Amino acid sequence: MMRSAASTVLLAALLLTSGCEREKREFKSERAESGDRDEVALSSLSPGATPPQVATSGRAATFEGNAYHVAQGKRLFTWFNCNGCHAMGGGDSGPPLMDDKWIYGGTIENIVATIREGRPNGMPSFRGKIPDDQIWEIAAFVRSMGGNLSKNVAPQRNDDLNPFPAENRRPPSPPTTGGQPLPASRGTQ
Amino acid sequence: MSGRAGNVRFVLVVSAPLGLTACNVWQSALDAHGQSAEAVLRQFYGFTALSAGIWLLVIFAMIGALRRRRSLAERLAAPLERRSRPEAFATIAVSTAIGLTAAILIGLTTWSFMTGRTLASLRGRETLTLLVTGDQWWWQVRYEDSQANRTFTTANEIHIPVGQPVKVKLESNDVIHSFWVPSLAGKEDLIPGHQNEIYLKAERPGVYRGQCAEFCGYQHAHMSFLVVADEIPDFEAWRSRQVATAASPTGEEAAAGQRVFLSRGCSICHTVRGTPAGGKVGPDLTHVASRKTVAAGTLPLSRGSLAAWIADPQAIKPGTNMPRVALDPDELNAVVAYVAGLQ
Ligand code: HEC
Ligand code: HEC
Ligand SMILES: [Cu+2]
Repeated sequence: MMRSAASTVLLAALLLTSGCEREKREFKSERAESGDRDEVALSSLSPGATPPQVATSGRAATFEGNAYHVAQGKRLFTWFNCNGCHAMGGGDSGPPLMDDKWIYGGTIENIVATIREGRPNGMPSFRGKIPDDQIWEIAAFVRSMGGNLSKNVAPQRNDDLNPFPAENRRPPSPPTTGGQPLPASRGTQ
Repeated sequence: MSGRAGNVRFVLVVSAPLGLTACNVWQSALDAHGQSAEAVLRQFYGFTALSAGIWLLVIFAMIGALRRRRSLAERLAAPLERRSRPEAFATIAVSTAIGLTAAILIGLTTWSFMTGRTLASLRGRETLTLLVTGDQWWWQVRYEDSQANRTFTTANEIHIPVGQPVKVKLESNDVIHSFWVPSLAGKEDLIPGHQNEIYLKAERPGVYRGQCAEFCGYQHAHMSFLVVADEIPDFEAWRSRQVATAASPTGEEAAAGQRVFLSRGCSICHTVRGTPAGGKVGPDLTHVASRKTVAAGTLPLSRGSLAAWIADPQAIKPGTNMPRVALDPDELNAVVAYVAGLQ
């Protein structure tokens, strides 16, 4: 009796773990190199009564909801020397990435566009240099720097000493209008 | 499956892997070609033979005791009877056995200590120092030298001069790995933030396979490497080829391949000395085509396997830190021609 109860509980626990998708590892990119599937606006203004038209591919959820992708993003952030200009998010010759001020938008689509296309005041374009999926992974990690990812997805612990708390313990700082306002239709996310 | 047949089957299944241990001669602690491995192997055979002999003696003594036990009737008749002659004999036998045990244990400990000294005797006598860094899931190898123009970095294939002690310093960039070339020496861990060292001395020329021996993630099984022990002149020739910068591309296709390599992201991860490619994330490719394998022993090196690897590394080694770089067929052919020419 006891035995069968215990094994039922164990089985149920096993079933629960199989439902856990936060760590699911997707090694194969779903598609080839993209380019511009996401149409993001950098202004909330548009001619006429309607706000700017934006259309997103919906890939955000794949990358922002998956601990493996975000952890890879963290690794790539130093491998591709983003920290050379942005430090670990605190900013250096490039602007800070862990605060809530975004010149070019703080949604993951904006950040992907920033990395891929570059920005005029000194941000290099990584188009064709970093494969698309990795750009998304890095962008998801950049979002976690400001505490904007769910706590169970954001990186939890640094391998080396770190002057500030791990990404999953940072208070959320939702993007606000920094240099430029965000498109109204996306608002703050 | 019942009775005898079942037993026979069981014994067969259990002993089958024993046959395998003898097959794989280029990675086996039982096939020693290094000073350290030979010392350990001698000790292993000695310990095993001695223990087997002692085990047999114990079993014989036990069988003897069982055969000489008193019958039930005798025991019921006189349960507490002492037999004086066997008792005296037993005292002598037991004392001798204890004495022998102590002597054998001391002997084995001394032997083990001497083996340890043999392993340590290489220390400080090295003629070559390497720095091996573990990465998920490949090995970076740096040949150090007091002359800066004789140092260089390579990956996944280590050449050493035969008969010379070589010091291998071990570090890790991510998690714990373990450096193990069974035919040459024991294991030593690569620990992040800490430097370990191990000494190799190959007694005979040959190609010895090594393998990461500490589980380090998804592709741990595909994290192997080769140690090639060369005669000294061959080693020096190899070394001067490796020190040189990369061959410039020969032919139209390879030249186009170099342009692809430099413009399509390969160069942010890989170094090809003599070109602007200076990435430090992946293996140094300056002389990649001179190696025997691709991707830490995953594939034997050929133009075809390079093409397969570059076309889709995730299909060959899922989870590896080299991403699939989307290239159209012409770009792929060109870049493969270029990489295959990096002799
Ligand atoms: C050479 C220095 C340099 C490197 C390397 C660099 N950045 Fe930048 N980055 C900048 C500068 C400068 C800006 C500000 C550009 C502007 O204002 O037009 C910037 C802007 C940005 C922004 C936009 C910030 C905002 O407020 O909208 C993001 C996001 C960003 N970088 C992420 C990255 C990532 C991720 C990497 C690594 C792949 C990277 N950067 C590498 C210099 C750099
Ligand atoms: C994000 C970084 C990255 C990019 C971009 C990249 N590689 Fe790699 N590459 C690696 C890593 C890491 C390895 C080691 C993989 C392993 O063994 O698990 C590797 C391994 C290799 C190897 C096998 C090396 C060896 O010693 O066996 C070759 C050849 C290679 N890459 C060629 C290329 C080419 C050509 C490109 C461009 C199309 C490229 N790589 C792009 C990171 C990268
Ligand atoms: Cu391993």
